[in-house]
Amino acid sequence: MITKVTPHLSQNEVLLFERSSPGKKAYQLPELDVPAVDPAEALGTGNVRSEIPGFPEVSEVEAIRHFTRLSTWNYAIDYGMYPLGSCTMKYNPRINELVARTEGLAWAHPYQPDALAQGCMEVMACVEAALIEITGMDAVTLQPAAGAHGELTGILLIRAFLQKRGNPRKKILIPDSAHGTNPATAAIAGYTVENIPSSSTGVLDLGVLERSVDRDVAALMVTNPNTLGVFEDNIMQASEILHNKGAMLYMDGANMNALVGIARPGDFGVDVMHLNLHKTFSTPHGGGGPGAGPVAVKKALEPFLPVPRLRRAGKKWAYDYKRKHSIGRVKAFYGNFGVLVRALAYILAHGGPGLRNATVDAVLNAVYIRKHLEPYYELPYSQLNMHEVVFSDHRQTQAGVHTGDIAKRLIDYGFHPYTVSFPLIVHGALMIEPTETEGKRELDHFIDAMISIAKEVESDPQLVKTAPHGTRTSRVDEVTAARKPILRWKPA
Amino acid sequence: MYPENFRYTKEHEWVNVEGDTGTVGITDHAQQELGDIVYVDLPKVGARVEQGKSIGSVESVKAVSDIYSPVSGEITEINQALADKPEALNSDPHGAAWLVKVRLSAPGEVQSLMNAAEYEAYIGAEK
Amino acid sequence: MRYLPKSDSERRQMLEACGVSSPEELFSHLPEAVRLKRPLELAPGISEYEIVQYFRDRAAENANGHACFLGAGVYNHYRPVLVDTVVSRGEFLTSYTPYQAEIAQGTLTSIFEFQTMICQLTGMDVANASMYDGSTAVPEAAMMAGRATGRNRVVIARTVHPEYREVLHTYARHQGMPVEEFGYLPETGTIDLEDLERKLDDLTAAVIVQSPNFFGIVDQVKAAAEIAHRRGALLIVVFTEAVSLGILEPPADADIVAGELQSFAISPSYGGPYAGIIATREKFMRQVPGRLVGQTVDSRGKRAFCLTLSTREQHIRREKATSNICTNQALIALMATVFMTVYGKQGLRELAAQNLAKAHYLAATITPRFSGPFFNEFVTTVEGRPPDEVNKFLLKKKIIGGLPLGRFYPELADCMLLCATEMSKRADMDLVAQALVPAASGRVPAEEVAL
Repeated sequence: MITKVTPHLSQNEVLLFERSSPGKKAYQLPELDVPAVDPAEALGTGNVRSEIPGFPEVSEVEAIRHFTRLSTWNYAIDYGMYPLGSCTMKYNPRINELVARTEGLAWAHPYQPDALAQGCMEVMACVEAALIEITGMDAVTLQPAAGAHGELTGILLIRAFLQKRGNPRKKILIPDSAHGTNPATAAIAGYTVENIPSSSTGVLDLGVLERSVDRDVAALMVTNPNTLGVFEDNIMQASEILHNKGAMLYMDGANMNALVGIARPGDFGVDVMHLNLHKTFSTPHGGGGPGAGPVAVKKALEPFLPVPRLRRAGKKWAYDYKRKHSIGRVKAFYGNFGVLVRALAYILAHGGPGLRNATVDAVLNAVYIRKHLEPYYELPYSQLNMHEVVFSDHRQTQAGVHTGDIAKRLIDYGFHPYTVSFPLIVHGALMIEPTETEGKRELDHFIDAMISIAKEVESDPQLVKTAPHGTRTSRVDEVTAARKPILRWKPA
Repeated sequence: MYPENFRYTKEHEWVNVEGDTGTVGITDHAQQELGDIVYVDLPKVGARVEQGKSIGSVESVKAVSDIYSPVSGEITEINQALADKPEALNSDPHGAAWLVKVRLSAPGEVQSLMNAAEYEAYIGAEK
Repeated sequence: MRYLPKSDSERRQMLEACGVSSPEELFSHLPEAVRLKRPLELAPGISEYEIVQYFRDRAAENANGHACFLGAGVYNHYRPVLVDTVVSRGEFLTSYTPYQAEIAQGTLTSIFEFQTMICQLTGMDVANASMYDGSTAVPEAAMMAGRATGRNRVVIARTVHPEYREVLHTYARHQGMPVEEFGYLPETGTIDLEDLERKLDDLTAAVIVQSPNFFGIVDQVKAAAEIAHRRGALLIVVFTEAVSLGILEPPADADIVAGELQSFAISPSYGGPYAGIIATREKFMRQVPGRLVGQTVDSRGKRAFCLTLSTREQHIRREKATSNICTNQALIALMATVFMTVYGKQGLRELAAQNLAKAHYLAATITPRFSGPFFNEFVTTVEGRPPDEVNKFLLKKKIIGGLPLGRFYPELADCMLLCATEMSKRADMDLVAQALVPAASGRVPAEEVAL
């Protein structure tokens, strides 16, 4: 029985261009206090455009209604849980939004004189210091704009370090359980990728690692806990194996929500890692971004960090541009400052003890879900999980139902699906991460829904296979969308 | 189901040799695994290919599979119809939805490939 | 703690259900050696009020209430009220990437509208759902050109934003992609076409120019296109001031457009987050990096939108992906979408016209260094003293002056780059003009010389 949601009338809405009509306005500019200028004279006739063809013209009321109606078609954290594994969809504190809009911060121009940007620099210095303490590393760059960007920066740092030692080497080892950005990043950084198979228990196989690490290997990219939500308890030995052959250990920090205050990557052998502020540090996903992907390194890699670096000049902050070993810039200006502000607000709100408590609750929630769903869904790996748990659809495939179908049916119960079919080492994976900001009631709803669906798979598999049934949009035709891509509106 | 006169690779391609030309495609097993095919990326006419090396890819919505050439030689023709109707690969992978034609540089290579019976046994074992 | 929705009794119940007697037991399986044995050395959590105060104090240490004449890639434009109203809705702010189309039609529809408007603005056929920013869109466009042409060299104009060029160098170094720069003409401030011809060869995948360029000048896009295409290279046109597209002819000769949308209601925010775009011709569609939203139907035949051509992306193609990018700046792109909606066809043009008027008013009394046509930014030579000194003087009047160019262009160390937008006030512009006119050195102001 579905108790969490009820069908409800939602407004239809056309595209802006279909609502548009010449002469409608949603703006008013002030009168010019200087003489107008003839564009053709100032820019050259050939440089002036006649108009922007097809650009919409709507009124303010229509604009507000348009976007408001659209918004009601979305699910969001504010509505309920997202059990998406490795995404860490935790509550986005509203105070983050308020402080990011503080005028002196929001309107700060990146080129305003340092003397008038001390507040921004202090914020960045605080974030660096907090991340150093949390990760146990020695230095941080805040420049990368997102996780994948941080990964690229990290691998480039490794390359620069190895290059200075004489040989940048050729390959990066990546476990078959890794997120897709890992091999994509390695390729962009000019390395070839060698996949290393996980052990039968889903963790790093030290034997395989030992055999795979040679003088051509620059680094191993690892996620810890891994994408099964299991802590890589061999991580320190793995680090030693790599270091013995002159290679480095890169950690994808996507799963830091299991570690904050409990264990620090810098303490267990990691040389360089990135963090996802939009995961662990609560900055909003906003439908797909922005994020921020700071990179933390051990001392040996510090000279190679992107330029500029913050440094203390007496009582003030200043930028250091003279860093001859730096890999250069990975982005214009200093980083996604607005996202850093939000992350700092989160850190300030929790504080040291609070951050640890959040981790405890995150793990408790995931273990609670595991315990209740174990009787109904196959657990491919039996190790203790941390902040996320991965099931497989093995039992349900007997009835011809796959993880993707179960995920769609979950929508009818009022939830966003979990992560489907990832990691690849589990056939038909269901990857579930509740995060710490879910209470018992929401978790129980989720558990009840998953159990109910498991029962539906036995009694009425078709119901699950054709889900969702309650949404205003039913399953979309992704095949035609890919065969005949229509990527923009055109007038009839 | 699998034409007797074709030869098959472990990566689920087939080649049909007539004279010094081999017509290449993917097997019915391959198209089933991929699901609804949305796009095919083929090499250019004139391109040199090597047995076992990737010459393009076949895409479904959620997956991409490389096409590994079963034979070495030069591409003489590509199946233009697939650009407009990639779905033909799902309905007729062994016939109308051939991918490329290759002028063989080493006709003897074909001997190393599986025949229909061997291929059927191979995919049976894979399951 | 207010973000943790469990009471102590609920926690106890849950621990019991997990067969665990204390929270610490949840971690007892971790190796002893890895565990942190002390509390994090971070101050305890503070209240909402204290957090607000902390950031107010930081803001007070920054510029406050200054008139700002900086541009150089980040522009002060008015942010319509509707922008924050829309993006603050929880359904947009706290939603996830729209992988599950049935419950993300809000995001998908608005991205489809965004893609459309970017195409309309730039004159291209296809636009993606945004890149991190303009600076990273450049190397992504270069890599795209590499894939499309099968070549690997790139030539880029010195008049492209200096930090954008730095980012390109960082990416290109590891792609085996040689990058060469070509110069500009000291008279006009536009690209040196002869230098471009010299630096171009048959291995060049792309020529990259910016218009309006870093000096604010509308550059020779058509001529660059001809030269590039003759050698089989693609033309990538970069823009940093999106408002310019309200009045300037879009780069129809470009093969790829890579730009920055910060001008469209995205707060300057000390450098980020922003939203970049890549737009291109239909034939390069499958080479585009980043997310793409496409139109389709649902099982009931109703129009719907979904992410598409995903096989280009990292989560499927992994090491052979068109890019490693995972995020798109969805919320930021939504700000730009609302901005474009509020201004609309007429408003964007009027806004651009106002920018043109303001900058040209400022330039009337300050002689631009270059003769090329400019939009809302221009370079001026500072006579008699270093640009920094003029800026120090202006700061006393609560005005942040133009960007001294010496840090990026040693040959222009005596110049500054000034920007005026619709937000610049006449009185402040008069003060800037006065400060720059060398009355103090006893020389005659420029306007009187002209007579």
